[in-house]
Amino acid sequence: MHRAGNWIGKHLMITLGILVLIYMYIPNFVVALMSFNDSSGSRNLYQFQAFTWDNWLNPCEPNGMCESLRVSVEIALVATIVATILGTLASFALVRHRFEGRSTMNLLIFLPMATPEIVMGSSLLALFVAAGMGGSLGFVTILIAHILFCLSFVVVTVRTRLAGLDSNLEKAAMDLYANEWQTFWRITFPLVFPGILAAALLAFSLSFDDFIITNLNSGTTVTFPMFVWGSAQRGIPMQVNVIGTAMFLISLVIVAAGEIGARRRAKMLAQR
Amino acid sequence: MTSLQRVFGKNVGYWLIAPAALWLGLFFLVPLLSLFTTSLSDPSGNPIAGYRFAGRFANYVDVIADYWPYFVRSLVYAGIATVLCLVLGYVLAYAIAFKAGRWKTVMLVLVIAPFFTSFLVRTLSWKLILADNGFVVESLQWLHVLGEDGRLLATPFAVIAGLTYNFLPFMILPLYASLEKIDPQLLEASQDLYASPWKGFWSVTWKLSIPGVVGGTLLTFIPASGDYINASLLGNPNTQMVGNKIQALFTTAGDYPHASALSVILMVLILVMVLVYVRRAGTEELL
Repeated sequence: MHRAGNWIGKHLMITLGILVLIYMYIPNFVVALMSFNDSSGSRNLYQFQAFTWDNWLNPCEPNGMCESLRVSVEIALVATIVATILGTLASFALVRHRFEGRSTMNLLIFLPMATPEIVMGSSLLALFVAAGMGGSLGFVTILIAHILFCLSFVVVTVRTRLAGLDSNLEKAAMDLYANEWQTFWRITFPLVFPGILAAALLAFSLSFDDFIITNLNSGTTVTFPMFVWGSAQRGIPMQVNVIGTAMFLISLVIVAAGEIGARRRAKMLAQR
Repeated sequence: MTSLQRVFGKNVGYWLIAPAALWLGLFFLVPLLSLFTTSLSDPSGNPIAGYRFAGRFANYVDVIADYWPYFVRSLVYAGIATVLCLVLGYVLAYAIAFKAGRWKTVMLVLVIAPFFTSFLVRTLSWKLILADNGFVVESLQWLHVLGEDGRLLATPFAVIAGLTYNFLPFMILPLYASLEKIDPQLLEASQDLYASPWKGFWSVTWKLSIPGVVGGTLLTFIPASGDYINASLLGNPNTQMVGNKIQALFTTAGDYPHASALSVILMVLILVMVLVYVRRAGTEELL
């Protein structure tokens, strides 16, 4: 009985876990498969017809898709940079400095994450309309919204990294007559950097993927998710699956490269 | 922090937090206020000219009378999806934390990686998976789980399945974070004291993972209850959630006051539920 329990503990859980993981990948497999689908001459766009390389060879064929992709990348880049800078500064304040209103600030950072996107999006829209900007919604209003919802996630990510940092390392540097600037750039910053990088990646993917908030505040500007939504009624062009699969592969490469880099650095430090 | 203090005076903390605080105040708090005033405005305005504030609480009465089934559906669908996420997510988080060995990092990356394909595209692919002449439906018909003309797409089942799928990673990550901290020796100790594996799990592992359970259920339930993508793409007109209505009133009907009232009610409902839930679970420090 005891041994049976042990066996279950050892293998059942990992098997079930892998099954859950497979479930999470079914849509990705379908998207990858459909990126090779030849949809010409068929009315049913939600069924695999015949194999073709065409979608991968002409990814920009659908009208307006690559323009929307460019808009999304631009917004995501700017939103990521601004949110990462503001969020990192705020994390330093929250972890390293005591000031009045600190707990209020923590709450203010938590709240956007506890607010449904539809509420955040509609309240921004209400503000823009009340401010007389109802006719000029577009790139700028999307950007404001994206920076807003990325900000909290950046703070949470960087704050965790910063709080876990051993402050003795900084004290040691100061003992060795490094001034504060040197200590920051040569000790603190490199140690926090992986957290900042992770936060930036998270912000980029949040911004790139956002639909609900963007849809309310975009005016006539079309981002990639909005292009997908708009074409979903008619049946999405197969090239959308190409973009989805390509994004997935590119980010896997980035994550893998980061991981290998981190391992190599750790090895080098260990050998010293 | 001496030289920084020389430049900024004693209040370095304030200067560092100011830009983020300003952004959150200006574009999160002020808009919430604006949402509230809009919800009390005269519905006869339009989005370009703006709406006249009228202290019109009748907007709230209107939307509750007209749209209460949407709220019920939102909370029920999101609730069921959250429970399903908890079961599936706990299994995977547990496997990664205790059974994955040196594959831990790889499995964690694999949990996050599906995110990188646009979630709209992934949700649309469920249309294909659950399609009427698809593999899943035909297998279920063959097994007589579904009737001859039974279907999955455009049913509440499809909407809940979509919600569960979409928000699963939000459940797994907090669960993993709290499971990972548990010292396996505690479990061994419980077994040394002749607790069955099942009892050991409930009295040690589950108890210690409560913060992750609370965090994960909140991160799943909150966005799921405001979602309208799954209901739009995988459901039918009778499975619409409150998000569908808010978005339709804003974008197609241009009725901002009623849409805002719906938004305010949703926000208050969720805040109250979160507070009660967190109190009862005894995990206030999460906030």
